[in-house]
Formats: sequence, C-alpha cells, structure tokens
Amino acid sequence: MLILTCPWCGERPEGEFMNLGEAVPPRADDPSAMTDAEWSASINERRNIRGRHTERWWHMRGCGTIFAVVRDTITHDLFEAADEPRP
Amino acid sequence: MTTSRLLSGGRIDRSRPLRFSFDGMKLGGFAGDTLASALLANDAMIVGRSFKLHRPRGLFGAGSDDPSSMVERLGPRPAANQLATTLPLEDGAVYRSVSTWPNARHDVGAVAQLFSRLLPAGFYYKTFMWPTWHLFEPFIRGAAGLGRVPGHDAWEPVSESRFGDCDLLVIGAGPAGLGAALAAGRGGARVILVDDGTSPGGRLISDGGDPDDWVGTSIAELKSLPNVHMLIASTAWGYHEHNLITVLERNPVDAPDLDFRNWKIRARQVVVAAGAFERPIPFADNDRPGIMLASAVRTWLGRFGVRPGKQAVVFTNNDSACSTALALAATGAAVTVVDVRHETSNQVREALDQAGVTLLNGSMVCKAYGSKRVEAVDVIDADGKTIRLPCDLVALSGGWNPAFHLASQTRETRSVWHDDLATFVASHGDTRFRLAGAARAEFEPMACVRDGVRAATEALQALGMTTPSISIPELHEPFIARTVQPLWFVPPRKKGEKVFVDLSGDVTTADLGLALREGFDSIELVKRYTTAGMGVDQGKSGNVNVIGIVGTLTGTATQSVGTTTFRPPFVPVEFGSIAGARHKARLYPWRHTPLTDWHIQQGAVMYEVGLRWQRPGFYPKPGENGQTAASREASAVRNSVGVYDGTPLGKFQLKGPDVPALLDLLYISDFSKLAPRRGKYGVMMSDDGLIMDDGVVFRLNDTQWLLHSSTGAADRVHLHIEQILQIHRPHWRVSIIPVTSQWANATLCGPRARDVLAAMEPDFDISREALPFMGMAEGMIGDIPVRVFKVSWTGEASFELNTPARYATALWDKVMATGARFGITPVGSEANHILRVEAGYLSTGHEVDGTSDAYDLGFGPLVSKTKLDFMGKRSMDLRRKADPERFELVGYLPVEPSRMVPEGAPITPGGNKADQAGFVSACVMSVALGRSIALGLLHKGRSRMGETVHARVRDEIIPMTVVAPVFHDADRSRVKS
Repeated sequence: MLILTCPWCGERPEGEFMNLGEAVPPRADDPSAMTDAEWSASINERRNIRGRHTERWWHMRGCGTIFAVVRDTITHDLFEAADEPRP
Repeated sequence: MTTSRLLSGGRIDRSRPLRFSFDGMKLGGFAGDTLASALLANDAMIVGRSFKLHRPRGLFGAGSDDPSSMVERLGPRPAANQLATTLPLEDGAVYRSVSTWPNARHDVGAVAQLFSRLLPAGFYYKTFMWPTWHLFEPFIRGAAGLGRVPGHDAWEPVSESRFGDCDLLVIGAGPAGLGAALAAGRGGARVILVDDGTSPGGRLISDGGDPDDWVGTSIAELKSLPNVHMLIASTAWGYHEHNLITVLERNPVDAPDLDFRNWKIRARQVVVAAGAFERPIPFADNDRPGIMLASAVRTWLGRFGVRPGKQAVVFTNNDSACSTALALAATGAAVTVVDVRHETSNQVREALDQAGVTLLNGSMVCKAYGSKRVEAVDVIDADGKTIRLPCDLVALSGGWNPAFHLASQTRETRSVWHDDLATFVASHGDTRFRLAGAARAEFEPMACVRDGVRAATEALQALGMTTPSISIPELHEPFIARTVQPLWFVPPRKKGEKVFVDLSGDVTTADLGLALREGFDSIELVKRYTTAGMGVDQGKSGNVNVIGIVGTLTGTATQSVGTTTFRPPFVPVEFGSIAGARHKARLYPWRHTPLTDWHIQQGAVMYEVGLRWQRPGFYPKPGENGQTAASREASAVRNSVGVYDGTPLGKFQLKGPDVPALLDLLYISDFSKLAPRRGKYGVMMSDDGLIMDDGVVFRLNDTQWLLHSSTGAADRVHLHIEQILQIHRPHWRVSIIPVTSQWANATLCGPRARDVLAAMEPDFDISREALPFMGMAEGMIGDIPVRVFKVSWTGEASFELNTPARYATALWDKVMATGARFGITPVGSEANHILRVEAGYLSTGHEVDGTSDAYDLGFGPLVSKTKLDFMGKRSMDLRRKADPERFELVGYLPVEPSRMVPEGAPITPGGNKADQAGFVSACVMSVALGRSIALGLLHKGRSRMGETVHARVRDEIIPMTVVAPVFHDADRSRVKS
C-alpha cells in the first residue's frame, strides 16, 4: 500500500485515493481537428510502462484533488510530476 | 504405545499434561508442544497422505517449511488446513489427517499408487479435457485436495486488524534479530520485533538452551524497554510497497478473546533476520515417514524433548548435520553419518568418533525401505558397494537456503548464486531494508549477532539516529555449513523408483524430466506444469533442489537456470484474519435514507439499489408475495397516487459562470439555454461514445444548477465531472458539491398526485401553469421547507418533494396523513421498475449496459444539431461510420401473454444455437396492459417492428413480437398533466 502525497493534504495512505491510470494529455479543445487515428489513440492507447510512469490519483476519500505523480512501476518509488497543473 | 519423549530437556512443561485425539487415537502431550511434536512423542509417525498418490507421509520439517503435515481440527473450533508443526497443542482438541479415508494409517485412496505411472506431471491438463473439466472436478477434488471445508459449526476466528508504526521493524528473533533489536532498542528507536516461534531465540533455543542465557536476558531487557514492542507467535507474511509489512499475530497474549491480529506495520526501516531453511537430498522413496531434515531432528530433541528414532542415519554434504548426529548420540541413539564428501574435517571426524558415531565418507543414501515407517536404507559407499543399514530415522542435510523471501518480495533484490554454500542469496539490501544473519548467509551465531547489530546501526544511521556499541556474547556453534558439496538428488537405480523433490505436490525427478522433454524449459514453466513449489510450503523445502535438478538434466549451470518468484503470503494465512472485523456491513457500510425505520415499520422488504443504498423493494400486506405486492403498488400509481422514497438519487449542486459550458460538454443535448427554474432531461456519454448515465438537470436560479444522476452511477458521474474540471478544462470556473444525502425526498406520482400536493396546503402556487412538466417551485408546507420538481419517473405526473434531510420524517408523515383520503400507497423499487418499463424509461445496468450509444437507445432526437462537440460525440460518430448496423432499443410482447422472459435472455435467429442478435433487458407483468411486456436491444431493431423474434433460454425458445419501446402514455399526456 503506497503512501501518496496529496498536494493539498500531504502524506496519506493509498486507501484514500483512486487510481485514474496513466496521465494522458487533457482532452482536446477541438476533437474534430484530430485525425480518426489520433482520436482513437487518445481514447484507447495507454503505454503500460515498466519503469517511471506518470499517473493520476483522485483523493476521493479526502479533499477531492486529482493530481499526477511519477511512479516507478517496479519499485513503487514516487517522484513529483513535472508538467501537471496544480490547484 | 511406545513413547519417544525424553525424560528431561526441551522447552515444554512436563507438569502440565494435555490430552488430545488424532485420527481416533487418544494421545497425550505437554504444554509447550505443537501438535507435531506431540504426535512424534507418541510415535505417531504418519500424519497424512500425500496429495496425489496417497503415500503415507510423516513430519519432515519442524516449522513452516514442513510440506506434509496439513491436518484438520474437528473441535473445538473446527478448521481445515492447519499445519501440525505450527499448531500449538490444545487440551481436549480433536484432530484428523487430511487427504485420507478412513485415516492416515489405513487409506483406501492409496490404490492410486498402483496407477502412479498414469499420474505424471500435467496429467490433469491432458486427461480431463473432454467433454468438460466440470464432469471430473468433484471426483478429483475429493480424491486429491486437502481438508474438507468445515460445515455450519466452522470456526469463525475472532480477528482484528491493527496498524503499526515504527522506526525499525526486525523480522526474526534469532541471534541476528535479537542483536538488531537490542542495538536499536538501546539507541532509543521505536522498534517492533516479530518472531514466528512461540518463544523467541530461533536456532539458539532449538538446542534447548537455558532461560538465563543470553537469549533469556536479552528478551527480558527488550521487554523492559518502553520503545520496543515484541510480537511472538507472529509471522511477517508480506512485504508490500513503501515498507508496509503485514504480520499475522496468533493468539495475542494481551487479548485472550482474539484468535488473530493482523498487523499492517509501516516501518521506516526493516531488518530481515528470518534465518535459513535446510534442504534435503532426495533419493528413491525419500518420503517414508521417519525421513526428515537434520535441523528438524535437532528441534525435536532440543526444543520439545522428543527423540524421533533410536537408530539413525544422518545423510549430509556439509558439516552442520554433525550437531544433529551428536545430539542424537547423546540420547543413546545409534548413529551413522553418510557423508557425500570424500573428506570430512578432522574436527568433525574427532567429535563423531568420540561420540561413537560411525562415519561413511564418499557415500550416498540411494533408497529407503519400509512403508509406514522407514526401516532401512541402501547406501552406496566410496568403493561403489551397496550396504543396507537398518534404521528408524533418517536425518537429511543438503545445505542451507537463506530465508530472504520477504526481501525478495520487495522486488528490489535479485537472487544470486553463492558458490560455497551452493544456494541462492539476496543480491543486496536497499535503502529501506537490510538482511542480517543466516538470511544473509551468515551462519556462525556470534557473527549473526554482530551482523544484526551492523544492520540495525546502518538502518538507524539512515534515519539520522545512532546506536550504542553492543558487547557480543560468547555463542559457540562448532559445526557450520561453511562449504557445501552440492548434491541435488541421488538418481534412482531402477526405472520407476520415485525420488520426491517436492513432497507437498508429490513431484518427482521423473516429473521434472517429463516437463523438460515436453518443452517446458523455463523454470517458471516447469513449476507450473509440475506444481513443484506450489504446495503448502511454497517450495521452502524443495525449490532449490528443483532448480539444481533442472540444471543437471539440461546440462545448465545451476546459477543459470533462473529462479521462481517469491510472493506473499510467506505462510498460509487465514482469510478471516486479514478481514478482521471488517466483514459484511462493517467492511462496506449500508447507506440508509432517514426513512428506513418508517419503511421497516410498514413491513417493507429492503434491499440494495446501488452504491450500498438500502431502499424498500415492496411493502407486502398479509397474504401477498413480492409479485402481488408490486402489482398492487404499481396499480395504485396508475389509478390514483403512490409515494416513494427517492432520496438515494445522486445530486450535485453546480455553481459558477462556466456551468453552461460544462453541461454542454457533458450532455448530448443543448443545455446552455436552460432557463432559470426549468429542468431538462439529459443523456451523458463518456468519451468512448457509450452512454454512462441519464438524469434531469434543474437550473435553480441564475447561478445555481442541480444535476441528478442515477443512484448507482453517482460516484462515477462525480469522478467524470471532476476529471473535466480538474484535468481537461481547469480554467473553467465551476464548483461542484455532492448533495445526495443532504436532501431527502418524497415523490408523489399518479393522476391524483397534484391533488395530494394541493391538500397539503403549500404556501406556493402549484397550478399547472405555475408548475408545469419540468418546472419547479419552492416554499413551505406548514413548517417544512420544500423544493418541488415536476418530473416523471413512472409515466405518470410526478412531483418530487425535496426537503433538507432533517425534515424527512416530518414531510413523509404529512404526505401519508394528507394522502390517506386519496388512498395513497407507498411504492417500492419493484413497482417502480414495472412502471418504468411500461413507460419505456431506461435503467442503468439494464438498457444502459456499457455497449449502447445515444442513437441505439432512441435518443437521436436529443442529440444536438448545433454543438460541434460533446463528450462521446467523436467516438460515437466514428463507430457508426464504420458500422451503422447496431443493436437498437425495442419493446417485446411475448406471444404467450402470461410468459415472463428472464432478463438477459439472448435473442438468436429462430431461437437457434447461433450468434446473439439481441437480448431482453427487462421484463415485467404490466399492470396497465395486464400482460407481460419487455424491453431490450435488437440488431437493427427499429426497422423490425411487428416481426417475431425468439429468446433462447435454457431448454426453451420463447417467441415474442417486436413493438415500439413504450407501452403506456405514448403521447406523454399523463406525464405532462
């Protein structure tokens, strides 16, 4: 069970959070500007990385913040995610 | 019956005799015994039959590494699958062997041995394929398998879960663990020390020891330190992420009523000092009772005062078994040491000589004789001659495997080959855990203490803490396995002789050979195909030999064969102990509306309607069943008026300038133009183009909206919106507050609903003009504040009376009192379902099953013609472009009007065995039409009105006519009344 650092609440046990999977880019403002293949990939394709992987968590049994962290999928070491907007 | 109990010695209390029975035999033991030691003391050598071949099996190891001694406790507290070697003996208890009938000594299933040639590796995979595995399963489960699941009287262990937190967790209280705990404890760190024995000390007390020795004084000191917490009879069974270690504490001394306490310990640092497991040397018929590990023999002698045999053969390839030979000789047993090595050190040679022990160098035991107990072994001596040695005990030592399982579960360490010891050791520790002592291949006891102190010092340094220097006690153990001459097995002299590598699963060297010949050439595949390492001991006794044998058979160096993966649990753990008190509603509490008590008083049958919400299913009157009660309630709604508790419906309050933009993105229709005090029905899709939920949104005023979701979809809808607001459109200014539980509800529905509302004398206008369909009103009814939404849940006019939750019962009482003269009827979920199907309204989980889009369910007219984008649009368009022929919502009328069709029944062409062309999503007995009606999806359904289709259910084909998916109030005039 991980210890996650919520940007709002600090260190909390994993049971308070829901994992939202790989931190894919935000939904396009105008999906019609994307090709069919690009759109389909954005919906369906995830990289399933072995190693450092950026993922989102929802502090659902807490403050409700959704945030991204980098997790090493082998060691579960956590690192701060670089480009995620913070509340 | 003979007894093998020595007159003195061991950590048992001879003044406290215990009585017990095993397989019907009345036996005695002492306080401090395990079931295993007590059985051995009574010369009850056979403790079970083997898993597959039903061969008699005896005790092999003395702890959690024993592969054979699963037993069942019939009473008190009946429980299956208990390991005799770790089960404390209880006075008056009744035990039974498993895998046996009628008992372990006389087992009918032993005829399996006659067919053993027919039961090779992969036998089940190959044989029981046709026509179906299920035909054979009951027989196989009965014939093989382990204990039976106890019946109604089964013991439900009383367990609790507890969180622990410490600077340093020390796993194992042998010499290394005690050294680590002392160093850290004296240094002031918060320490938890865990040991799986009933008394700490590990190997140091296997020889009996003295309560006043270093172990005794160390434990006394640790107990006196307030910053040290000691858990005895506790096994660390899982090493999880971020240094969370799960520990099972059995019969906690501080809580006599508890059977188990399952700890989740978050440790800043961990020292794994779990010791090492001895491994055997396999040879033909090496599973005969009386053949066991040399270290187990020492434990029986030293810890329990039991001598398992009078005439012993010790078979070894290293020095450590010398201690066993000497300990046996000291009790007067006749001992012969068979040493694989051509040379034995002078020190060992002299010690054995002085004790009168015979030593045969360059020799191997190649076969055992005897059936219910070993009677003799054949030894090939250095000259190649075969000698038969009579014996009643064979002690084996093929080397030692450090117990680094827990460290390995972290996935930080790899297994690396250690040449001198001929085994695998952990590659390294980590910044968060360290190995110490025998778990790190350090076997000499003083060195173990020193290594424990080192590990604790390093761990505390990492935390910025210091440890005092510790004086190392004088602990001497002259015979250590410093070097091992590996011998993975002694090949059988005759074909067909069985050399068991894994006693748990009856896996032989021949099985390994077969797996390799059939192409299962990776060690992970060999394991799964033969089940080697998959039995109760999880490979503790056999795994390294399996790897060595695979290397020998394939001509590969042992270190290159690879290793299998260590996973939790380290020992078998009762599921009940993990759950603790968290079962049923305590694990996942029910949600109740404030009206639950009222519903129950009215005789309602309550059940879950999604997300743990409890609601009335129906309110049966005397003589009614669920069907007749639901029909009566539904008829009341169609004919006069009903009321139901709609409190659980998901509710979200939205506020902010960008709410219109949010709603336009969320729903398929246009919402941005929604006027204040008006509502609108909407369908919500996820971006994969499939419907996720539907519901009504009301605009409460200029700045606030109230969004409704289905009861069961509330959490999913909440997350969906949060993701939009926090990730996809973080610049939008919208606040969302879930208010589901803040508002309670009484929903009036039926042609007299408005009359009831009027009779309640609200202080606001409820006329048709002021409160039209999809309109709202707010005000007071007496002293109860209400907010009324005019919607439809039932195909009748419906008034949703919402009030802050604290007024729920007052509102409900008012409704019932006022409605009495209109014959108001409380309505449950079953009647609601009938009414909704009649009206053609959807239910999530029925029609909205995660495969349908907006057009499929007839919402084409709702899809916005002007919006360029909304959630799900792109994917829906893309999918429909690729294949416009889809399953579409239709109604079905079974040709036989009284015929009900099971929900989920597939529709196939002609009802034949063919691909599904549709299905029935809901079927009810309509009160409006007096016949059965159904909804469902059908391939190209909207173009097939009037056609006859066939539902295919077990042994029957049900013809139905395809109709429009609305059976009542098709023009919606009643809804809008």
